[in-house]
Amino acid sequence: MIQYDQNGMPKKSPFSLQLNLQKFGKATEEEKRQQDVMSESTTFFKDGMRRLFKNKLAVASIVVLVLIVGIILVAPAIVPYGYAEILSVEGKRDKSAKNLAPFTYSKNEQAFIDKGGTRFPHIFGTDEQCRDYFIRVVYGTRVSLVVGFFASIIVLIIGMIYGSIAGYTGGRTDMIMMRIVDIIYSLPDMLVIILLSVVLNTVLVFQSGSLLASLGTNMISLFIVFGCLYWVGMARLIRAEILSIKENEFILAARSIGAKKGRIIRKHILPNCLSVIIISTALQIPSAIFTESYLSFVGLGVQAPMPSLGSLANAAREGLQSYPYKLVFPAVVICLIVLSLNLLGDGLRDAFDPKLKR
Amino acid sequence: MLKYIIKRIILAIVTVLLICIITFFLMNAVPGGPFNREKALSEATIQALNERYNLDKPILVQFGLYMKGIVQGDFGVSLKNGREIKDIIGESFPISCKIGLLAVSIALVLGTIFGSIAALMRNKLPDRIIIFLSTLFTAVPSFILATLLLLVFSIKLGWVQVWSANSTNYVLPVIALCAYPMAYTTRLAKTSMLDALSQDYIRTAKAKGVAKWKVIFKHALRNSLLPVITYAGPEIAYIITGSMVVETVFTIGGIGSKFVSAINNRDYTMIMATTIFLAVLMVVANLICDLLYKVVDPRIKYE
Repeated sequence: MIQYDQNGMPKKSPFSLQLNLQKFGKATEEEKRQQDVMSESTTFFKDGMRRLFKNKLAVASIVVLVLIVGIILVAPAIVPYGYAEILSVEGKRDKSAKNLAPFTYSKNEQAFIDKGGTRFPHIFGTDEQCRDYFIRVVYGTRVSLVVGFFASIIVLIIGMIYGSIAGYTGGRTDMIMMRIVDIIYSLPDMLVIILLSVVLNTVLVFQSGSLLASLGTNMISLFIVFGCLYWVGMARLIRAEILSIKENEFILAARSIGAKKGRIIRKHILPNCLSVIIISTALQIPSAIFTESYLSFVGLGVQAPMPSLGSLANAAREGLQSYPYKLVFPAVVICLIVLSLNLLGDGLRDAFDPKLKR
Repeated sequence: MLKYIIKRIILAIVTVLLICIITFFLMNAVPGGPFNREKALSEATIQALNERYNLDKPILVQFGLYMKGIVQGDFGVSLKNGREIKDIIGESFPISCKIGLLAVSIALVLGTIFGSIAALMRNKLPDRIIIFLSTLFTAVPSFILATLLLLVFSIKLGWVQVWSANSTNYVLPVIALCAYPMAYTTRLAKTSMLDALSQDYIRTAKAKGVAKWKVIFKHALRNSLLPVITYAGPEIAYIITGSMVVETVFTIGGIGSKFVSAINNRDYTMIMATTIFLAVLMVVANLICDLLYKVVDPRIKYE
């Protein structure tokens, strides 16, 4: 017959080698409470965001970017001028509205206002072809941001697929794929970009009216160029990341229950390199914007009359002495965008890179 | 070591060959021959011209002949003004070389100095100012900086004369060119200096009473220089592409501005020749930097 004490523990038989359970007491209420989880459980993403929002510079750059994006989305709906529209007053072409200073009106417009009409102010003045400069800067920013964003997406997709195949397959495939990357990496990218743009601009001809034609050959060749050359950095990065992740036990576990290669890469490996992917994409956007503005400056950018920040800055060189503000506006916008994207990228890296966690 | 050098040189040769192939065949893909003029030439003339410039031969033979010419230093003739490209490069390259080398050395030396100062005075005022400025300058494209410098110092203030054939002032172009690489080098030098300062051997040196300047210069700085040297290769590439816009802005007759005007004039032989020339320059510079890096840092494994 086993005897129990007041805690419900059995009495130890003197010949047994088992622990004497009666020496254990029950946990008090206070001791039980120590096991409670006080803070809310947090995910990797939430934790990163919290850290990101602690970083003042990163928050400031998010604010600047949101402001810029807001302006370029809203402005075309408010400002009644088009980016290629030559100003006209009461249906007549306004030839006096050439190179106006910010917030001034031309003679014809002034006469129209005196008669009681209302005219939307030219916030940044007008250019030498009597077009409203503010709306041109707005569209230029749109073009530059779109180019930067989509170029980074293209780079991301190609780099991710290539890098993950090379990294996961390994062996000779990996070696050959990486030699190709080495060679592309050692090509002087800017020269090849210029060369490709020169050729593609003359070779690519699209049917008028199609979506591709409305984008313009220069824009398409920009994307092709980015797709051809800039993915190598991303591919290297993702390959390195995958090489270290694929040695983990959870990959072995997935393999042993018969998961297919593609599924392992998609479901188990890529989510684990997400932070690296986000950070390098964020840092890729400003470099794409840089490249686009550079190409526009050399004369290989987007098609006229479509403006981009680089081509606006280039055009402003003509009347630099008399109208310096025409250079200042696009220049400031480029610098603001690139600066805030750089700072945001740095902030993201500090927040999401587990290796830098303190 | 020898194996590494050979491997690296082979990669460089493959790259150069690839560039030549890409350049030649891309330029040949452009529709329209070099003799398409508004005024139609007679059949016989075109045939004679094609024969003269080997355009009647198969494209691979043309490529072979072109490569042979390049190896012998013959880049062909400019389509626009009919001058020997060899001569154009010969007279414009020294100007670009002077500006470029000045910019590279200033960027590396000043960048390292500023970076080290920022690291040594971490979180103090000089550090903050240096890091603020270097972050700012990494966000300004060189062509904008060049145009702003031209506007402020040459046009508005009149301190520096606008570049012309008889007044050659290197100050503004060099500043415009070296601002970005200098800012980048500064940030790089700061991180590597901080890294070097936190090493055990620095603590040992301090503990045994080595003078502070000696610790900094002899132990920390020498080790922090290594990542800066690796950046020299990409920096030269940046300076070469940057010089294209900076020379255009300041109207300097260097090889960069010649390249840009060739692009705008669609002068295909000139584009081809300058691309190959500049690309070889970049590849060689990169090769030298890589090899130097291995020589300077014996800890690196030669794969």
